[in-house]
Amino acid sequence: MKKNKPRTSKKFNPLNNYNKTKKEINFVSIKDASDKDYKRIGFKSGLEVHQQLKTKEKLFCHCPAGLYNDDDDFDAEIIRHMRPALSELGGYDGTALMEFKTHKNIFYHIKNETACTYEVDDTPPFLINKEALEYALIISQLSKLSIVGEVHITRKQYLDGSIPTGFQRTAILGVDGELQLKNKKIGLIQLSIEEDACREVSDIGHNRIYKTDRLGMPLIETVTQPECLTPYELMEAADYIRFLNRSTGKVRTGIGAAREDVNVSCEGGTRVEIKGVSHNKWIPRLSHNEAFRQWALLHVRDILNTKVKDKKSWKISSTKLNFHAYNFDYEPINHAKKNKYKIYAVNLPYFKGILSHFTQHGKIFANEITDRLKVIACLDKPNMTHSEELNTVIDENIFEQIKKLLDAKDDDAQIIFWGPENDIPTALETIEERCMMAFEGIPSETRKSFPNGTTIFERVLPGADRMYPDTDSAPIPLEDEYIDKIGKNLPIDIFIRFKQLNDWEIPEDTHKYILKKNLCPIIEKIINNLKIKPKFVGTFFGHTLKHVEGQIQAHPDFTYDKIYDLFEFIEKNKLDLLISKKMIPVIYQYPNMDFESVLTNLHFKRRTKEEIFAPADYLIEKFKEIKISKNNDVTANWVMGQLHHQAIGNISLRELKNNIEKKL
Amino acid sequence: MNEDIYQGYKGKALETLKKHKARVWGIVDTNTSRGFFHGTILPRAENDDDQHIVLKLITGYNVGIDIKTIKDIKEVDYKKATYKIPEKEFPYTEGLPKVKLFGTGGTIASRLDYRTGAVIPAFSPGELYGSVPELAEICNLTTEKVFAIFSENMGPEQYKALAIAIGKEIKNGIDGIVIAHGTDTLHHTAEALTYMVQNPPIPIVLVGSQRSSDRPSSDAALNLIHSAYAAGHGDIAEVMVCMFGPTSDEYGFLHRGTRVRKMHSSYRSTFRTIGDTPLATVTRNGVVPIKKEYNHRRKDKNVEILPYFEEKVTIVYYYPNMQPDIIDSLVDNGYKGIIIAGTGLGHVNKIIYPAIERAISKGVHIFMTVQTLWGYVNMYVYDTGRDLLAKGIVPLQNMLPEAAYIKLGWVLGQTNEHEEVKKMMLTPINDEITSREPYNGYLIYQVGVKEVEEFIKKFRK
Repeated sequence: MKKNKPRTSKKFNPLNNYNKTKKEINFVSIKDASDKDYKRIGFKSGLEVHQQLKTKEKLFCHCPAGLYNDDDDFDAEIIRHMRPALSELGGYDGTALMEFKTHKNIFYHIKNETACTYEVDDTPPFLINKEALEYALIISQLSKLSIVGEVHITRKQYLDGSIPTGFQRTAILGVDGELQLKNKKIGLIQLSIEEDACREVSDIGHNRIYKTDRLGMPLIETVTQPECLTPYELMEAADYIRFLNRSTGKVRTGIGAAREDVNVSCEGGTRVEIKGVSHNKWIPRLSHNEAFRQWALLHVRDILNTKVKDKKSWKISSTKLNFHAYNFDYEPINHAKKNKYKIYAVNLPYFKGILSHFTQHGKIFANEITDRLKVIACLDKPNMTHSEELNTVIDENIFEQIKKLLDAKDDDAQIIFWGPENDIPTALETIEERCMMAFEGIPSETRKSFPNGTTIFERVLPGADRMYPDTDSAPIPLEDEYIDKIGKNLPIDIFIRFKQLNDWEIPEDTHKYILKKNLCPIIEKIINNLKIKPKFVGTFFGHTLKHVEGQIQAHPDFTYDKIYDLFEFIEKNKLDLLISKKMIPVIYQYPNMDFESVLTNLHFKRRTKEEIFAPADYLIEKFKEIKISKNNDVTANWVMGQLHHQAIGNISLRELKNNIEKKL
Repeated sequence: MNEDIYQGYKGKALETLKKHKARVWGIVDTNTSRGFFHGTILPRAENDDDQHIVLKLITGYNVGIDIKTIKDIKEVDYKKATYKIPEKEFPYTEGLPKVKLFGTGGTIASRLDYRTGAVIPAFSPGELYGSVPELAEICNLTTEKVFAIFSENMGPEQYKALAIAIGKEIKNGIDGIVIAHGTDTLHHTAEALTYMVQNPPIPIVLVGSQRSSDRPSSDAALNLIHSAYAAGHGDIAEVMVCMFGPTSDEYGFLHRGTRVRKMHSSYRSTFRTIGDTPLATVTRNGVVPIKKEYNHRRKDKNVEILPYFEEKVTIVYYYPNMQPDIIDSLVDNGYKGIIIAGTGLGHVNKIIYPAIERAISKGVHIFMTVQTLWGYVNMYVYDTGRDLLAKGIVPLQNMLPEAAYIKLGWVLGQTNEHEEVKKMMLTPINDEITSREPYNGYLIYQVGVKEVEEFIKKFRK
């Protein structure tokens, strides 16, 4: 786009406004951002890390855990509706009321293998899964939490239907712990054990479909204090918690087994929760963008409060449009017309320049409205257009006509939206509500994340009012003896593991992989029992094995213990360690093959040093004939090349080279 | 009276609270050997142990603190919670039918009770309107709390009181009656009211819920809506039970009060009509009869209230090797009537024959029903049955054991003359005995069969 292009008219340009406001808030992209930028906007963030536990059965019933089915594979369907219920202390929860407004039909697709009467909320819970409780207590102690004396199962209301009961059974196991990161400590608020929710299949209009395979699987949630001050610190904390969980060997891995909710705010902002981030590497970008979105919304607030003196009496005005009166020529509106939807125009006083105000990369304030229309009023997207589209979808002249119709002032902005007649009142309320929130700043909400680092509105952020004691379960006492017994066999702290890896001189680029895969115990065992150099073992796992994993599909029988056996075999047979790198791809695919056969498979032959060195003199002479170089290094390298294949496993390459050099 | 500041705490836990000058609803800092806890002290359920103190944390979660670990409790604030269902005055709408809702307790309208840690009834038109506003679009509702007890505590006294209250309402010109009731013995009350309130001109609908109304997915609201509709607008003027048809939020069934039974301990669709089809289905859009014959709504007020009940009546559920002393002890304890739920077609073992002879000779009325629930008693097929008939046991055809028990109590409340008792027992008031069983009245699907699986997939359970 050309800069300083002479303006022929005073016409408002939304794209210019987007860029202008982006600049006004001093937005920097994550790759250009420094700690200073985060300090400037007061970046503050914490995590809620969800981790599935590796149990055989679900948490409150005896259905198998970890069996998943495809979206269209189900045996029965149940329909339910959720109504808000009172909290223990007598209030209604905000999210609950919002969800009730949406009047959703919730369909559950059930598979016989993974659902019993408990999943469909037709039987009370069975006693809590002891295996899950024990695993969660191991992790609680590792997280240095104060363990409760008695576990009280609590109901946490979820009216989105993701749990057929309308609440999640959850219980606090410990509070007030801490996590030692590389350079600072992060406080932990609490750890709870809870049942996992359904997986959403689809959500169209008033119908939302879930499948119940994952429902009820045991999960823990570790909640940190909002003490991470940069996106990278946040990711470090997420990694640490993941490593800690995995160090127990009692948690599930794979897609969806660990999910983070990321809480972000900026100075003067509000806690906003980004839900279900399943890759830690997405965390920096998401949290960065969210902090700046809030920073932008604070800017919006300031503009509005300067423009509007009496914000309490601010309100929208609206009018029903006639589809036939305008030539919209826009597919979503044609579709609305075909479905006999209604179409409305709304005037937002003083909102000129607000709708196209920058919020996130490629997104503007108007997105905040369209997202809420989808969730609260059930209007499928695209559900609106407005007077400040970055890319216009309908003829701009229509807005000129509509301005007149609405008796709009020049400083106003307009929205045109469409939807089923019954949803119009909620939609109008939603638009007004969101705009009025803009005068206050940032609404507390949960947001759904996308791989490109942007987020959209998901729900109003629930509060403590959605908690209710589970009257179907008795409290579970946790005796000192039991806690102490579990505490005796805790895995080693992640902080210490990092230190250990450094002391062992294992290259840093392997640390994440080693901790992620919980390989420290096996590495330690190999080092201690077989006296192999730590650096070699670490690199073997962190480079060689990782490479093999990326290339070859593992046999289901392959376990890391095989690698211990491999090194033991090498030591016992006095082979050179390097042979392990040749053997591992074969073992990875055929873990049941004995090691001798693996060697045969690799055409390995045992040779004495003498046998290996025997051709050396001849080769040196030969090289002189075919090459003109008189450089000894080049000669040695060529001879090495001829002999190293026979040498690997029999002698070290260093010894081979030394011997060749001696002959030169 | 001084307020109880230690609600539910006893023994050592109570001593601990007193020692640290802490009380329920106090916001406290607690130091323990397990760490630090901050929260509000909650009341404790009476049946829980005296080893823990319950705290509500700021996050809304509850946790228990082991008193052995407590070093110090310091009250820093105090804030008592007042639990109240939002009350709104139930609006009057001209032209809508007048419906009376009798509250007896149970989970249809309930709230948390700290004493037991379970749910207790809470109920008023305002509360109901506050939580189920849709009711106002169906009828003009008035309510009356008759009792506040769980359904397992319902008994003859309550049946009689209800029957009288219903009679009064009918005389006052009500258009329909809904009785909110716990589900466990809902069918017993339905049976009792069928016998005690005869020839009613209006619908009398018993309703409950299988998931308490403090749960978002509760069936209470929809059941209430269905029952209000059936009572206010329906044409079936009988004593009925209105509960979920399938477990899905789709439609309710209206079951005839004498043929209905709770068949699952926890399922929403637990009530089933046994040996017949349900009377009708009901949705927000109306009542759709399944049975062609039923008693229609009438304009008159000619109801007959017969509030009688003899309490010395029992059911004996026969099992192999039952000993005669079971029957003997009943007789010795003054029981006047026994319903036997026999095996198969209505059998008991020979060992107890002498006890039966003794009971009958002492004037005890003994009737036979079947524990198979479906099907008729037929005591002519086998010798054992013929023996029992000869001894004076009266077969009750396809009357359900519970229906028979309630009826016998009601009959014996009026007469002790054996022939009269027998006649009344065998003369059905509203299908407690039917002359024919529809061949498809017995349907218990067996899961795993291909057709059944296909059916379940096609139609919501």
